[in-house]
Amino acid sequence: MGTTEVTALLEIAGLKRHFGGLWATNGVDLTLEAGEIHALIGPNGAGKTTLIHLISGALLPDAGTLHFAGADITRCNMHERVARGITRSYQITQIFPQLSLLENVRLAVQARRRDWGSSLRFWRPASADVQMIAEAGDWLGRVGLAAAAGQLAGDVSHGERRALELAMALATRPRLLLLDEPLAGMGPEEAEHMTRLIAGLRKHAGPPQVFPGPQGGERRAATLSGGAFNGEQTVLLVEHDMDIVFRLADRISVLVAGRIIASGAPAAVRENQEVRRAYLGDEL
Amino acid sequence: MNQRHAEIGLLLAAAALPLVLQSFGEDYYIGFATRLLIFALAATGLNFIVGYGGMVAFGHAAFFGIGAYAVALLMAAGLFSAWLAWPLAVGAAALAALLIGAVSLRTRGVYFIMITLAFAQMIYYSVISLKFAGGDDGLPLARRSTLAPLDLANDATLYWVTLALLAACLFALQRLAASRYGSALAGLRQNETRMEAIGYPVRHIKLVCFVVGAAVAGLAGALLANQNGMASPSQLYWTQSGMLLVMVILGGVGRRYGGVLGAIALLGLEEVLGRVTEHSHFYVGLALLAVVLFAPHGLAGLWARQK
Repeated sequence: MGTTEVTALLEIAGLKRHFGGLWATNGVDLTLEAGEIHALIGPNGAGKTTLIHLISGALLPDAGTLHFAGADITRCNMHERVARGITRSYQITQIFPQLSLLENVRLAVQARRRDWGSSLRFWRPASADVQMIAEAGDWLGRVGLAAAAGQLAGDVSHGERRALELAMALATRPRLLLLDEPLAGMGPEEAEHMTRLIAGLRKHAGPPQVFPGPQGGERRAATLSGGAFNGEQTVLLVEHDMDIVFRLADRISVLVAGRIIASGAPAAVRENQEVRRAYLGDEL
Repeated sequence: MNQRHAEIGLLLAAAALPLVLQSFGEDYYIGFATRLLIFALAATGLNFIVGYGGMVAFGHAAFFGIGAYAVALLMAAGLFSAWLAWPLAVGAAALAALLIGAVSLRTRGVYFIMITLAFAQMIYYSVISLKFAGGDDGLPLARRSTLAPLDLANDATLYWVTLALLAACLFALQRLAASRYGSALAGLRQNETRMEAIGYPVRHIKLVCFVVGAAVAGLAGALLANQNGMASPSQLYWTQSGMLLVMVILGGVGRRYGGVLGAIALLGLEEVLGRVTEHSHFYVGLALLAVVLFAPHGLAGLWARQK
């Protein structure tokens, strides 16, 4: 499989999950290395989203195990997994439409402070926490939304909402980020922006990439440290657009009918006869 | 700042009410006004659960009644002090909510409505089958709780104590809604999936909200037992839950003063119409229909639109 034990961040073994008579996940083995962008591809109905659900904890498996950073997380629920460093995005945009972009991200920052003194802080006004609000502003700047911070999330464009989702996911400072079709429904320009944002997460991208917003996002971005954009971000990316997959991914796994039929470097996957037969076919 | 001034002005006017009524010799209305405030308190607790927590609970009478029965039972056992009995009543309601909520919050929507209703009815039927709780007749209080140095036997004093507690609860809930916890509740109302995905323990947050709202109802129940001179099974019955829910909808779901406005409007309407016609419920129903159709955000929403 070409993986080394030392750098494995997530190890999935024999994972199974069925819905009625259908085995949506049928014995998946997959290892994610720390710092890589790993693309998960496969035809419609292959079970990609189900696998994301299983890794994020939205679903629990019928069989198999998940180990994250060495610890068994097979039975952990979703918020326990977020606490350990696994955060996901959704195929369908999930935001707080009646809150400002800034408040959307602030809630994600607040979630990260896992001491009960955070969300169970009953008396002090949330608006008094200047530091938390400033950090939320920084994350918005990172995805190029600094200028729109005060707008309601329900009022901005689809592309901006997807960027907002990325900012919220990053604000939880995940070690592993699960992106389920982040480019779905985007126009070419928005897709290009998002692709560059994801590329900016990759380990060997050199100095953190910054996309200056109209309000001087570059300066604000410099105040962030640790976690994302610092060469530690591992990403599992589900995406249909093969050009983008081959542009972004360090490694690719191909999921067909609930099983991984190939896993490896893009060039190797591209040449794999089984993959060509089962899926890629004339697309390559 | 303007709103704060208006609030203080209204509070002072409400505090002066018993003196005005006494000077007109209308002492009966002090008791009525106290009743209004007590129901306003209970509805405010429910509004926190429904409006801020986004959980449509149909068993609020359980916590309202538990508060009342706690005071009556403790008094039957010889405990008269409000300083002890009232916090215990609040604690009993909160404990019941913790247990009921821990089970009920595994469901949502219509199922949550039905399961909270079912629990409340179970408590109702349990209480009326208990001989020491007075069965169908309810449990009378020997006298009102003692709240040294105040004398609750005085109707005006009970009114002022109720008003102070209502004001304190409204203030505390308002702080709560603006806190980090409150912002997490706001997030939950809008998108539970997203809250889960960024790592919030969704069920715990809802459970806290449910318990807080129930505790407020427990306090209202303790006050109502004192005002009525008894704990009555009707206070536990599902129609009481319905009435509190109607108050919240009438006043404005999720509005700061939704519960208060709804209680005053509903009980006030019943009182006024009760003098004119035997069919007051019919007209109350019409009024509710009008509010739902023409003021979907309740009376509080109507107010906000005027400004």
